[in-house]
Amino acid sequence: MIDTSTLPCLLITGAAGALAQQVIARLRDKYRLVVCDSRREVSMPEDIPSYRVDFNKRRFEDLFKEYHFDGIIHLGRIGSNENSREGRYNANVIGSQRLLDLARKYKVKQTLILSTYFVYGAHPLNPAYLTESAPLKAAGITMDLVDSVELENLSTIYLWKYPELNITILRPCNIVGPGVNNTLGQLLMQERTPVLMGYSPMMQFIHLEDMASAIVVAFEQNHAGIYNIAPDDCVPYQVALSLCGCKKLPIPSVPENMPLLLAKLTGRELLPPHLLDYFKHSATIDGSLFSQTFDFKPRYSLKDIFAHYKHLKS
Amino acid sequence: MPFKKLKNWLLPPDLKAKIDNAPKPLGSLDYDRWGYHRNSAYKAAAGVRFLYDHYFKVQAFGRENVPTQGRVLIIANHSGYLPMDGALLGYSLLSNPYAPRVPRAMIERLFTNIPYVGNFFSQIGAVTGQTQNCIDMLKQEEAVIVFPEGVRGTGKGFVKRYQLQRFGNGFMDIAIDTNTPIIPVGIVGCEEALPMFGNAEGLAKKFGLPYFPITVPFPIPTRVTLNFGEPLYFSGPIHSEDDLEAKVNVVKAKIRQLIADAQHKHGVK
Repeated sequence: MIDTSTLPCLLITGAAGALAQQVIARLRDKYRLVVCDSRREVSMPEDIPSYRVDFNKRRFEDLFKEYHFDGIIHLGRIGSNENSREGRYNANVIGSQRLLDLARKYKVKQTLILSTYFVYGAHPLNPAYLTESAPLKAAGITMDLVDSVELENLSTIYLWKYPELNITILRPCNIVGPGVNNTLGQLLMQERTPVLMGYSPMMQFIHLEDMASAIVVAFEQNHAGIYNIAPDDCVPYQVALSLCGCKKLPIPSVPENMPLLLAKLTGRELLPPHLLDYFKHSATIDGSLFSQTFDFKPRYSLKDIFAHYKHLKS
Repeated sequence: MPFKKLKNWLLPPDLKAKIDNAPKPLGSLDYDRWGYHRNSAYKAAAGVRFLYDHYFKVQAFGRENVPTQGRVLIIANHSGYLPMDGALLGYSLLSNPYAPRVPRAMIERLFTNIPYVGNFFSQIGAVTGQTQNCIDMLKQEEAVIVFPEGVRGTGKGFVKRYQLQRFGNGFMDIAIDTNTPIIPVGIVGCEEALPMFGNAEGLAKKFGLPYFPITVPFPIPTRVTLNFGEPLYFSGPIHSEDDLEAKVNVVKAKIRQLIADAQHKHGVK
């Protein structure tokens, strides 16, 4: 048994997610971990304290007092497929601001925040290589992504205003793989998956394990800043579905409100309404800064990733 | 066996090899970042080959001026209500006996948003006319076709044929920033092949198009001539918009001259 009492103490939020589980598995021998989630209490091994806690409640500050965190890995961003718009705003924006304020108050040395490439917005005029300095257009496209963009803006303000927090913001492409329950993960798992007729935007995918490794390497090397994370390999959405063994469910894409109308008529959410543009236009990011800064290369190829989903169906 | 023969007839092995040997940064599934796909390029080449060799009986002059490798901007006049000139120019570069290139083309932004059309163009190497895309492609040492007249060229109508419309200045900025040579090209014949006699403005507005051509039901099989000029090199710094425009006008004048030469060659043939 390793004596963990002398190790640096880390808070990992969003512990219920598959990604957090992978990160925890990679860090538990090197750090004293404390995990929390606002959605539910997560069952953890005995040596890892686990809490269900709302970031906006006093109990959250108690954790900072009790454990004197050296670092925070904030994976607790509520995805756009979870909770209501208001609920997401409270958790992602107000809650994250509280987390950052507490990090300042209790002199946490390092904070890593998981964001998403959705913040760039899907737009027909997007360049194929969206760099970290590209404008975050998502809020102008849909109100449902306002919380993601505001979380980014907030984190960026803290990044420049309080350099002692050593904030690293990661904007990954679509994270997929075993246990991932985000929008793309759910779509790739379906037998018959909706597609917008006439559209097949280029997409990037990163395997859950590669993403966990990227988070760990970013945290350990600690180069504060904003980074896209994506392999330099793209595939059209409809080709990805074919490789995953999905049958296509074509949805007429014109007139523009047809997908929403069909969803209403059939009583089934075909594609998430606020993400429809991402199934029309590409939002492919340039992950070269992260790769070069952290000497990172994903282990899983697109074929490996899609083989998993195909295997599930067989 | 007959299927293989048909395949070879549609896409001769040497043409296929030119596509295969083009240095493109393709991913593990044969797609590049902009959606270019090698298999789609085969199909497009096979289709345009027929139009190029048999339908429009294209003749190309000056193709020895195109660099065998490295970044280059191919700047041409735009004509005809459909971008047929782009397809013929692209095929001409691909089948160039001196230096085959699989070019990229910057296309009108409106195409990207049209179902099926946007996807099709992406797969054969066309990319939304967006500055950063052009810069990124040149950094990957691509040959990029740009029509600086844009829809002003294709929508000008038959009465204004061979009258160059206003050139956008963006290509010159990009050429100087990325230290890219410009190959000017004069295209003759597409004005007659796809004549636009009028514009149904009401329909254009209804469909969100820049124009709705009143035209013949199919392209007229006129002979098309492509006249490639020698490389033009420009350097900065650019002091003002007037300075930039002066440089653009050098290219425009060159294209005007190449069109006149092509018309001469076209006529005497």
